[in-house]
Amino acid sequence: MSVPTDGDEVPVLEVRGLVKHYSSGSRLTRDRRVVRAVDGIDLTIGRGEIVGLVGESGSGKSTVGKCVTRLTTPTAGTIRLLGRDITHLSRARMRPLRSQVHVVFQDPFSSLNPRMTVEQIVSEPLKQHGVGSRRDRESTVGEMLEKTGLARELRSRYPHELSGGQRQRVALARALVLRPALVVADEPVSALDVSVQASILNVILDLQADLGFSCLFITHELSVVEFISDRIAVMYLGKIMEETTRERLFREPQHPYTQALLSAAPSADPAAVRAQERIILSGDIPSPAAELPGCPFHTRCPVAVERCRTERPALTAKADPEHRTACHLVTADGAPDLQALARA
Amino acid sequence: MTAAVSAVVPARPRPQWRRIARRFLHRPMAIVGLVLVLAFIALAVVGPMLTSDPDLQDFQVVLSPPSLAHPLGTDDLGRDVLARVANGARVSLLAGVVSTAIALVVGITLGLISGFYRGWFDAVLGRIVDVLLAFPFLIFAVGLAAILGASLTNVIAALAISQVPAVIRIARGEAMSIRDQEYVSGAIADGSRDGAIILKYVLPNAASAFIVQATVAIPAAIIGEATLSFLGLGVQPPNASWGILLTGAQQYLAQAPYLAVFPGLAIALTTLGFNLLGDGLRDALDPKGHR
Repeated sequence: MSVPTDGDEVPVLEVRGLVKHYSSGSRLTRDRRVVRAVDGIDLTIGRGEIVGLVGESGSGKSTVGKCVTRLTTPTAGTIRLLGRDITHLSRARMRPLRSQVHVVFQDPFSSLNPRMTVEQIVSEPLKQHGVGSRRDRESTVGEMLEKTGLARELRSRYPHELSGGQRQRVALARALVLRPALVVADEPVSALDVSVQASILNVILDLQADLGFSCLFITHELSVVEFISDRIAVMYLGKIMEETTRERLFREPQHPYTQALLSAAPSADPAAVRAQERIILSGDIPSPAAELPGCPFHTRCPVAVERCRTERPALTAKADPEHRTACHLVTADGAPDLQALARA
Repeated sequence: MTAAVSAVVPARPRPQWRRIARRFLHRPMAIVGLVLVLAFIALAVVGPMLTSDPDLQDFQVVLSPPSLAHPLGTDDLGRDVLARVANGARVSLLAGVVSTAIALVVGITLGLISGFYRGWFDAVLGRIVDVLLAFPFLIFAVGLAAILGASLTNVIAALAISQVPAVIRIARGEAMSIRDQEYVSGAIADGSRDGAIILKYVLPNAASAFIVQATVAIPAAIIGEATLSFLGLGVQPPNASWGILLTGAQQYLAQAPYLAVFPGLAIALTTLGFNLLGDGLRDALDPKGHR
């Protein structure tokens, strides 16, 4: 295999300056609109690391997932998978590398071929990459389904005969059957019942511990990223606002947007809820079609200053190299505290 | 809890074809359709061996109504109508089934490729299909048959060619909608080749549309063959086809209506049979169907 042997030296995924623009409107008339779904992001995922990518809907997080798995071609930037530049590989050149990256989609009702049985779905990656004999594949598929906690009897079933949770287990088995280095999970539990969500998240964590893959976990639910991620990147309007370890992000969020996001998350602890002021942002997320100067968050940020409206802040580490924030107001000396502001 | 779950799960899963057969056999109308189609195939295959010579003229019994000797009566030349209907079944079924099969193979191949890849191939093929679809099916077939000349092979060719544009249109639409499904993205992420995606994902999910198309197209082609023969552009007399029998019958509608009734009934029942069979197959092949 083309996997570099120098271990931890090469990150599993290295994204630099990723841009994805979609253009809409007529090609003939002047009213062409460019939607900046992803507008220059950097992201690195190490071996065995689970990185959570959180953001509101429309923040571009799913587009990042599509670019990384090369289900779409980025407009600019570079994507390196295990050190190899895959940014502009053609479908045919990308094909052999697909054994190293797979994806789990949000909706398990539409992501599985309704005309294939569970067994066929899970063995398809093995078949397409010519792995093993028929019998080998059968046992690999059986092993994988067992790992995801799916009953043996369900193998000859069709996706519509399964529950949402069972389907997502099938999707997980299909994504992992080739033992890829990276799995992109695009809102894998958002379509499921809350009771099923926890069991799927636990399966992902167990499998990760067992197989050691890296994971880009995309979601809009803070409780989910808090449960699953080692590191978290917060996205807003196509850009990463803040990126740090899970503990740090939840303990001391620096970016005003992250602070607002965390204060909006429901909590089961009434004392914590009472102690916390809810920071209410005015307005909606601006249209990604509009070109916005300065910080993308300045239209809704309660502490924005003149500089925020004109100059785009870079994602940099201020005090701690592990904690990077894209905000002019965050300095080595500290960050604005929206909680205190809301209490005042 | 576990007991309840395992009770729902069948001990040994049935193979796929048996599930499909089971679902098909649970539909009475589908069985009626199958029986009708099989009956007419049997009539076409075995009938001519059991009946008398369809060209044998017996001027003693010209235009006689149905009797024991001639169950469906005789025509203006004293030929046995049953023998002629049975021989006509060969021509009609052959023309209907073979022309539709050719049109489906050609049309599905071109349509799926065109809809899956889009691009210049789709643009060019799309415009050609637009032009061809401007002609009504029968007018197009009549024109082609007139150019090709009257023979059974040419009738089949004319009917096949005139069906292709409609099949391309349907296949293209199916391919376009299916290629945007998330399970196709999943197949790309699996590392599937385009050919595998078209054969394993697009074609099976479009199959019910093609079955419906086939069950409409076969009867239409049978009627098309009858029309071409009726107009003298198809099989030539004294050879029998259902269309030719109808042509001969029209002069004697007042004296011997059964001459038109039996070939007409054959056409109607075959059409009905294929339609019912198609509905049943479509439902049985849909994995979301019950049972």
